[in-house]
Formats: sequence, structure tokens, C-alpha cells
Amino acid sequence: MQSVKGKRMLSVIDYLPMKTPDIAGRARAFAALGDATRLQVFQLVSRRPLSVADIAGQLPVSRPAVSQHLRVLADAGLVTCESLGTRNIYRPDSDALASLRGFVDSLWDVGLARFRIEAEAVARERAAPRTRKERR
Amino acid sequence: MNARTDADLTVRKSVTVHAPQAVAFEVFTARMASWWPMASDHVGLSECADVVVEPRVGGRWFERGVDGVESPWGEVLAWQPPGRVLLAWRLNAQWRFDPAFLNEIEIRFVAVDAATTRVELEHRGLEAFGAQAAQMRDVLGSANGWGGMLDQYAAVAAR
Repeated sequence: MQSVKGKRMLSVIDYLPMKTPDIAGRARAFAALGDATRLQVFQLVSRRPLSVADIAGQLPVSRPAVSQHLRVLADAGLVTCESLGTRNIYRPDSDALASLRGFVDSLWDVGLARFRIEAEAVARERAAPRTRKERR
Repeated sequence: MNARTDADLTVRKSVTVHAPQAVAFEVFTARMASWWPMASDHVGLSECADVVVEPRVGGRWFERGVDGVESPWGEVLAWQPPGRVLLAWRLNAQWRFDPAFLNEIEIRFVAVDAATTRVELEHRGLEAFGAQAAQMRDVLGSANGWGGMLDQYAAVAAR
């Protein structure tokens, strides 16, 4: 993997969603998103939970066709289905959102831990008469 | 969208620091470079030299590389020192600036007493990652991806 000054550059493959990190899983996800209409369906569902009718209403595609696309996306681990009354509601795979949330969560855990150390150091420095005039 | 989903897509954090409210606010905003994990967490191609939050509504939030090049991250949506700041985060899942992308980061600085501040942070709008959210899953989970980077952060934070 290439890197620029130590920062790893991510390839398209890295962004491929999937349940399992094996090559077969990547291939399935690639295949699932390799269809223009299916990619549009996935993008719609990713923005907010939708029913088949919702999706069909936003794309020039029949409901049965939308259902078929959703089945392929679900098999690839990209979306999940939940029954709500008589309707099936589709949303992005919750594992994916949980991971994203976990990432942001960790980012701030670390950021705030570092922030606390720094803020307390500045507060100590200003409280000490010896160093008070050195601030800033 | 139901409440459960909304909650799932908001990250809330709180930390209590032994520092006066004004100091906490200043360190968080004016001295962001002193605590932001710049070594690994930045978007510019050159090494990151500074992280700047311009102190006003509409002020830019950006990093400055050692080569002087500025890379935008977002902007200041609300500026109420020393109690509150609301930042717009416009880096998408590819870690690229996208003016159409928005995550809100609200930080409240609550004075517990004269020398203690509780900092409450809310990172909202993860749904904006949209399709990218699912696509990030693998990146976040892989040892060489963000997960590995976070381990580095943790090591630095623990020193």
C-alpha cells in the first residue's frame, strides 16, 4: 500500500463494505455495487431507511426490480431489512454504522484525553506565579 | 427517522478537566494544534504544522501544512466563548473536504467551579456519511486502517 509521509493511502478496495474481510466477500460487494441502478438504490437507502415503494418512487424502476436489487445488496452484507407492519424497511447494515460511530467515538476519546492533558498543563502554568508572565 | 436511529448517529462525550472554563475554551479552540493528533489525523499531503479555528462565526477551521498550504476542514457555526462553540466538519469518508457534506460538532464548556470545567462534546449527523458509512466499515475494522491509527493515538494519549 502506498503512503505519503507515513500516511497510508486508501484504495478503492479498502472502502468496499462487506461482512467478511475475505477476497470472496470483496468480490461479492464489488459485484453488488457494479450495477448503476443498484448503486443508486444503495445510496438512497444509505441516506435514510426506506421501503421498496419509497425507492421505486424515486427511481425509474419497478417495485419487483427494486426488491431484486435489495436482495442482492442484502446478500452482499450492504443493507438489512426490517419488517414494520406490512412493509419491509431497508437500511444500511447496522454493523457498518456501528463501526462508523465507533470510529468517531474513539477519535474523540483520544482527542479529549489529549485536550485534558493540555488544558490542565496550561491551567497549572497560569496558576504558578513563577511562570505567569511567560504565558503566550 | 426514529429516536433510536438518531441516537445511534450521534456521538456524545464528556470530560472533566482541572482548568477554568476560559482556559478550557481557549485550549480547545485557539490551541487546537496542541492536542489534536496531527501526526496521523490530517488531510493535507505535507506534514501538518497547525490546526486553526478562526475565532468568529463563519471563521474557517483548517489545517496548515509545514509547506504553508492550508486545507479546509469546515467552519465555525456558533461562537460563544467561553461556554459554547459549534463547528461544521466537512471532511467526508474519504477524508476529503466537501462543502456539501456536514457533520456538526458542538462543544459546551460547563464551569463546575472556578478551577474545574466539564466539557461536553456532541458529534452529530453521522448519517451524512450516507453510502460512505457502510463503505467505511472495512477501513475502520482493518488493522492497517483507522483502527491501527487509533491505537497510535491511544499510545500517545496515554504517555
